[in-house]
Amino acid sequence: MQPANLLLLTLVLAIVAYWLGYARSRSLAMPLGGIRHLKSLPFYYGARAALWSGIPALIVLGLWAAFQGKVIQLIVIGGLPDGMMPASQGEASLLLSKISNVASGALPPGFAEAPIVDAAERLKALQAQSRLLMSTLVISVAVLAGFLGWLRIRPRLNARAQVESILKWVFFACAALAILTTVGIIFSVAFETFRFFEKVPFTEFFFGSHWSPQTALRADQVASQGAFGMIPLFTGTLLISAIAMIVAVPVGLLSAIYLSEYAGKKVRGVVKPLLEMLAGIPTVVYGFFAALTVAPFISDVAASMGIEASSQSALAAGAVMGIMIIPFVSSLSDDVINAVPQAMRDGSLALGATQSETMKKVIFPAALPGIMGGILLAVSRAIGETMIVVMAAGLAANLTANPLETVTTVTVQIVTLLTGDQEFDSAKTLAAFALGAMLFLATLLLNVIALKIVRKYREQYD
Amino acid sequence: MNTVNTTITSEVGQPEEAVVPISDEKPAETVIEEGKTVGKPFADDPKFKLRDVDVFYGDTRAIKKISLDIGRNEVIAFIGPSGCGKSTFLRCLNRMNDSIDICSVKGSLHLDDHDIYDPKRDVVELRARVGMVFQKPNPFPKSIYDNVAYGPRIHGLANRKSDLDEIVENSLRKAGLWEEVKDRLDANATGMSGGQQQRLCIARAIAVSPEVVLMDEPCSALDPIATAKVEELIAELSESYTIVIVTHSMQQAARVSHRTAYFHLGHLVEVNETNKVFTSPEHELTESYITGRFG
Ligand SMILES: Nc1ncnc2c1ncn2[C@@H]1O[C@H](COP(=O)(O)OP(=O)(O)OP(=O)(O)O)[C@@H](O)[C@H]1O
Ligand SMILES: [Mg+2]
Repeated sequence: MQPANLLLLTLVLAIVAYWLGYARSRSLAMPLGGIRHLKSLPFYYGARAALWSGIPALIVLGLWAAFQGKVIQLIVIGGLPDGMMPASQGEASLLLSKISNVASGALPPGFAEAPIVDAAERLKALQAQSRLLMSTLVISVAVLAGFLGWLRIRPRLNARAQVESILKWVFFACAALAILTTVGIIFSVAFETFRFFEKVPFTEFFFGSHWSPQTALRADQVASQGAFGMIPLFTGTLLISAIAMIVAVPVGLLSAIYLSEYAGKKVRGVVKPLLEMLAGIPTVVYGFFAALTVAPFISDVAASMGIEASSQSALAAGAVMGIMIIPFVSSLSDDVINAVPQAMRDGSLALGATQSETMKKVIFPAALPGIMGGILLAVSRAIGETMIVVMAAGLAANLTANPLETVTTVTVQIVTLLTGDQEFDSAKTLAAFALGAMLFLATLLLNVIALKIVRKYREQYD
Repeated sequence: MNTVNTTITSEVGQPEEAVVPISDEKPAETVIEEGKTVGKPFADDPKFKLRDVDVFYGDTRAIKKISLDIGRNEVIAFIGPSGCGKSTFLRCLNRMNDSIDICSVKGSLHLDDHDIYDPKRDVVELRARVGMVFQKPNPFPKSIYDNVAYGPRIHGLANRKSDLDEIVENSLRKAGLWEEVKDRLDANATGMSGGQQQRLCIARAIAVSPEVVLMDEPCSALDPIATAKVEELIAELSESYTIVIVTHSMQQAARVSHRTAYFHLGHLVEVNETNKVFTSPEHELTESYITGRFG
């Protein structure tokens, strides 16, 4: 049986176990005088039986599915005649793919050596055996454990406590999975970053002002020595983020103030969703809007004023990114402004302050820490943004503060380093991990600070 | 009069009918004649002259044809079961209802013979003359000094820093708070105790030298000692201000006010000298309410 079908079957068995457990707890309770003599409701006895049946079976299924491939491979390779034994990892995987091709019929047997054909036969037989074994094992575990669980139902058994503690572990496992994934990513990035610093000196990466990640593909190739100075990339990122914030912060903030303090209900009902729709536009759409509309427009305007501007510019990318971030800033600020208690507004208005005085002198100062937090979150969003910059800012790593020139950012370079055919352990590829690690640290730092500020602000009123 | 059913109090949020104690000999339903107030609702040369006031929240009529005069340097208490419209009526006096979109006010409301609801009227000036203290202390998250100086700054009452200092000190003294806070004027007001915060709000209100102070249950969040302080303060303030106070505490109304107005379901049922209201109320609803509380 296929694992997917087996999974379904296990679920069906668990449901059966549920009903049997439910029925047994009721029938045990009846002679005692009703279900109130049970320690828990029948539902919990049923659920307990279902968990007893389902969880061990699922664990067996999972482990089997995870390891059967590897074990079968080892057996198949081990069964090859001495002359064909693979010498290296690479050879082994080549051989295995050939064998499985023959087994699946993709490669006609006539094209392969006899031992390979034999091995393919063995592979097929082993797979069938394994599947059969797995099915029997899983089903019998499910039935047996479910039966045991069913058998041990007693009126005095506190099924609810058991079910809840099992569920607690299930929830914990899910949370742990998420955390482990994150930790795994961090470790792999950290590891590759470490390898990068074995090839490229620390000082060059952090203090070098030149970025051109070319490395020789072959040992004998005459190629320029790559330069891995990240400063132009970070200044590029900062320049574009700064432009984005210059656009997004005033517009976002003022529209938030307008929406929360001045706009009538109707206007608010229309404008707010519209503004939030900006956040729903895919970044790639913003990207080509920036590249095809805004960037040429900027270079035309600049040219008409006699200023030289390249067709791709930090300004175009930054401005469009700013537009993208507006809803981010405005909805966060709106939340914070709305969180300022109405009593503050009333207090100020009752003293004869006008609405704008109230806004300026009471609400805005009270909301400021929260707004700062929101802005920092928006900055970390801007730093991590990729698509718009790839399309509109260019690829040249210029160290410049002129927004009309093309610049490139950390994220863009990660993309270009990893697209196309790459040797996996070259300095060029590893550089992507180092950049990623830096980016991760920078945004993490910003987020931590921002969350701290926002939380501190919340405590003030709760 | 013998009353039964006296234990139901208004705070529970029961339907209003349930609040009215049922007397032995009369039918359960007491008909209130609209616009008719027993007692002494009018005065000569009043500060506020309010006639036939109706307030609507959308289509709901929260205040029903109320006429009332509020005298100069008078302390008048508004009492009545929860939801009867005391706050609503109070908020008409400085147009704080303006910020509620669905709220509309009809009738004639005059402060010193000037129409409060004149569309051309400057609300800022009105509110500078009619200050307000709220049920929950609501100091701004600023320093104690800045809280009190807020109003004077907005209205440009002080030309120099020393003038402002003087206003702040005087207001805090009047509010009985100066001795407690004079050494920490720069401390954040949110760090004060509830009673101190409420007195700060009173200081903040009187810092703009209003003529009238409206207080909406100013002591409901305070302990007895802080309440006593605020009541003492009200007695002192009554020498120079007109004070309108909404309260749920009969004892408080009896202690601080000159006249008491009893509201019921949006009607103003009875207005009289405070001791008269509490010793020999004219209207049976007033009596039921008062005895319900005391007995
Ligand atoms: N913002 C509002 N929108 C709609 N209806 C309101 C609003 N504020 C008050 N009301 C209604 O108006 C009526 C009077 O309310 P109000 O707050 O004036 O009562 P109150 O006498 O102050 O009660 P309490 O003693 O509980 O403070 C109530 O029925 C209330 O439901
Ligand atoms: Mg009220």
